[in-house]
Amino acid sequence: MEKRELTCICCPRGCMITVVTDGKNIGEVNGYTCRKGKEYAEKEVISPVRTVTSTVRILGGERPLTSVKTKTGIPKDRILACMQQINGIVAEAPVRIGDVLLEDVAGTGVPIVATKAVRPL
Amino acid sequence: MTIETYSVVVIGGGPAGLAAAIAARKAGILDVLILERDREPGGILNQCIHNGFGLHTFQEELTGPEYADRFIVQARELGVACELNTMVMGISRERVVTAMNREKGMFRVQAGAVILAMGCRERARGALNIPGYRPAGIFSAGTAQRLVNMEGYLPGREVVILGSGDIGLIMARRMTLEGARVKVVAERMPYCGGLKRNMVQCLEDYGIPLKLCHTVVDIQGRERLEGVILAQVDEKGRPIPGTEEAYTCDTLLLSVGLIPENELSLEMGVELDRVTSGPVVDENLETNIPGVFACGNVLHVHDLVDYVSEEAGRAGKNAAVFVTGRPAEGERRQIPLTAGQGVRYTVPQRICVERTEPCVKIRFRVDAVFQDSYISVYRNGERIMHRRKAVMAPGEMEEVILPGAMLEACTGSERIAIKIEKE
Repeated sequence: MEKRELTCICCPRGCMITVVTDGKNIGEVNGYTCRKGKEYAEKEVISPVRTVTSTVRILGGERPLTSVKTKTGIPKDRILACMQQINGIVAEAPVRIGDVLLEDVAGTGVPIVATKAVRPL
Repeated sequence: MTIETYSVVVIGGGPAGLAAAIAARKAGILDVLILERDREPGGILNQCIHNGFGLHTFQEELTGPEYADRFIVQARELGVACELNTMVMGISRERVVTAMNREKGMFRVQAGAVILAMGCRERARGALNIPGYRPAGIFSAGTAQRLVNMEGYLPGREVVILGSGDIGLIMARRMTLEGARVKVVAERMPYCGGLKRNMVQCLEDYGIPLKLCHTVVDIQGRERLEGVILAQVDEKGRPIPGTEEAYTCDTLLLSVGLIPENELSLEMGVELDRVTSGPVVDENLETNIPGVFACGNVLHVHDLVDYVSEEAGRAGKNAAVFVTGRPAEGERRQIPLTAGQGVRYTVPQRICVERTEPCVKIRFRVDAVFQDSYISVYRNGERIMHRRKAVMAPGEMEEVILPGAMLEACTGSERIAIKIEKE
């Protein structure tokens, strides 16, 4: 079991919460001041996820880029692998919001989707 | 010169302008025109590709461009007219808008009501008095954001960020993800200027240190930035000798505050608030000039676009009420609203005695971090509202709603004040 310290993001108070965990199970949780904070800390310690947003090169479009996101959150430790694959994508205009530009990013099962439309030139 | 007429003319097609135009249209105004200087509507949202927008408005997390698109589509479907690449040159007190673009040249529009929605711009290096040379490599965080997210350029490889505003935090993460090394974020104040969520997910996730009570005291490099010197500051913001630390970097991003862009408002005689740098408005978001409304970041700088959309919707609706003929003008009796102890400012700054809506929504910012304190509302020295709040911070906008009952039997000679109290 190890002790993890994190800052709660649920409100501006920003409680320092300590969680005792072995990475799979939650032991003692301290420092939170509300139920939301406790829930956040437990989730953040066991399976932290983030939505990654970036840009993708577009060929033949009126703009050189579209913005993209992972359709849902991906595990935090996959962010850099995800960025590497996003940087390798090149798509052709037209692109619409929600278009899938990569089916499964970095083995997470989560697709990369466009968040901005790009019309052809 | 041609002169067109529109019932409602909105200056600026960002989140505020779009929401205001949509609300005016939905309130029954058929001819609504947006004048936008950029090549597309959506304003700053177009470069804010990160997510977290729309939790209040749509109950889901959208990216900036997606959030903008929802409003752009709605405005189009409702038949809101929009002139892009169009610069507004001036507005008269009689609400004649003079604008210019490549197709029409200079043209005029007589507006029934005008909604100011020009947004804000970033405070620049010149406002900070940082000594040193003026090499390439110093950008405002928003400029860097546009370069990276819309134009596809990375402004540099080794980055120091001054100021912990949200855009600075967001760009710390964005530059890191694109392969740059962000060495430190320095903040002059003893607290982070941005949202907690951004502090954790943009800095802590990537191990980027945040140095509070620190500022840049020297800039090195002649042609291109080569490094900066940081120093700790005392409680008055003065650098403490002996605390200097050198950082090599080719890029310095400034995220040191936003200033409402009110040149047009000032020129037409709109009264501005010295704290917000935005217009002084009543609860209808109407300025001192009848028929001229303001909303969004031109009125006061917001942290959440959802609040901008909501506020702008009210401005649009009230502009529609003005155009369709509101009860006889005459002398407008107004109660001043004062920012008391612990409160930096309030919006609105005045409340009309003859109101169209019974309740009044007041947004404000506190001037320091408060724990376990109370938001109190006083009318003529008598406390009429007292609400406990666990935490309040300058970086997060607060809100109170005054129920109509509390404002009953006002004549205009009252004073209403909002204060932060320990008990």
